[in-house]
Amino acid sequence: MDIAMVLEWVVKAAVILAVMTGGFAYVTWLERKQLARMQVRIGPNRAGFAGLLIPVADGIKAIFKEELIPATADKFFFVIAPIITVIPSLIVTAVIPWGRTIDLFGRSVSLYLTDINVAILYILSVTSISVYGITLACWASNNKYSMMGGLRATAQMISYELALGLAVLGPVMMARSMSIVSIVEAQKGLWFIVPQIVAFMIFVLTSLAEINRNPFDMSEAEQELTGGYNTEYSGMKFALFFMAEYIKMIAISMIGTSLFLGGYIGPGIDLPSPWGPLLGIIYFWGKTIIWLMCIIWVRATLPRIRYDRLMALGWKILFPIALLNVLVTAAVQIWK
Amino acid sequence: MIKQFFESVIALVQGFSFTLQSAFTKPVTIQYPEQKREVRERFKGRHSLMRYENGLEKCIGCALCAAACPPGAIFVEAAENTDEERYSPGERYASTYEINMLRCIYCGFCEDACPTEAIVLGHEYALSYTDRRSSIFTKNMLLQPVQPGVMDTPQRTDPGQFNRAVPIMKNPQ
Repeated sequence: MDIAMVLEWVVKAAVILAVMTGGFAYVTWLERKQLARMQVRIGPNRAGFAGLLIPVADGIKAIFKEELIPATADKFFFVIAPIITVIPSLIVTAVIPWGRTIDLFGRSVSLYLTDINVAILYILSVTSISVYGITLACWASNNKYSMMGGLRATAQMISYELALGLAVLGPVMMARSMSIVSIVEAQKGLWFIVPQIVAFMIFVLTSLAEINRNPFDMSEAEQELTGGYNTEYSGMKFALFFMAEYIKMIAISMIGTSLFLGGYIGPGIDLPSPWGPLLGIIYFWGKTIIWLMCIIWVRATLPRIRYDRLMALGWKILFPIALLNVLVTAAVQIWK
Repeated sequence: MIKQFFESVIALVQGFSFTLQSAFTKPVTIQYPEQKREVRERFKGRHSLMRYENGLEKCIGCALCAAACPPGAIFVEAAENTDEERYSPGERYASTYEINMLRCIYCGFCEDACPTEAIVLGHEYALSYTDRRSSIFTKNMLLQPVQPGVMDTPQRTDPGQFNRAVPIMKNPQ
């Protein structure tokens, strides 16, 4: 391990962090703009060209806002909860490959931070940590709306985690590996969305529930719970929750792209470096952005689902179908 | 059961295609400070106090508008006209006429109550203030400017020329 390798890893980690936080800012812009267009409006267009400076204005506003901590709140956990929520959603993207190996400055640099052989387990376990942040926030706020929101978030997360894990097992069994790089490479001939269409549909539904997006945004239902677990949060702490939510949205799009849509695979990917790997990055981010736009499209279309229906859907429909899918995939893999 | 399932799938496809189609239709937004939507002819906006063609004020200071005003936004104080200093055709005129625009609910009852059609709600709606004091519109702000070539009030008039509050009464049509 030489000094250049350490430098390479630091640079890659910094790039990932920068892309995720910058991506968070511009996904909020994308969401506003796309929702506005789908509601036959124009959307933000005053701050900068096409409203592109809106995230900057939001950030400045959040920084200068008063940090309010309720008198009855548990101060320590109230402060630490947003941090616990945002860190897992940032580090989860470390294992997702953006492309193959590229030759830069005489070194061959792989376009992913690390390729661990239990990447899927890593993703599932790290994303589950962020629910602790939400639960801590709900308890520490000492507010009944926050309490309800946090309880809903926890119950929903536990119910949908099962189906999500089982849906992810489909591509894992097809690729016979838990490393995301191997899973992406296994989709060279055929993207897993075709043989694993059932798992794909379950993944889309459960990932929406996992990141608390419409129509499964029960935990922060503005109309019923005045914001759920982030009722008592203001200023930068609220911005951190917001950031966690949008970064999770990007992360789940990246994961879904890698598992079902072939990640960086696309025509011309086998070209020699640097053109092949650069094309790979473009394919990967193009697919991710399309996935993000579909998530926003869902928000523009569907109303919030009722809470008992959410639970029934998770346990009575998605979970059995996901189990069946795992069984069928396993049988096909063995007899093939 | 199966029929229900297919119906819900069709409903889902319809919903998603509707939002997708909406994204490619022209936005209905009006970019406010640059583009303004024309108000309706009978829109009730800021009030103005009207004048006759000879420049005299229509308001005779009867304070029926103040009596009709539900939130009590109007304050009227009347004074006597003389032939040397004549403001309005009748005996009296409004020496003070103030409307508190923060109280006003733009119901138009003052317009209905006015016997001489002196107060009229116009089309201006962009009223904003930085302090409460400036929300009170005085008579000078509300009164219509005089037409060119017409004398402003107070006017000196011949004795006995104006002895009726409403000089020319039109029959209802």
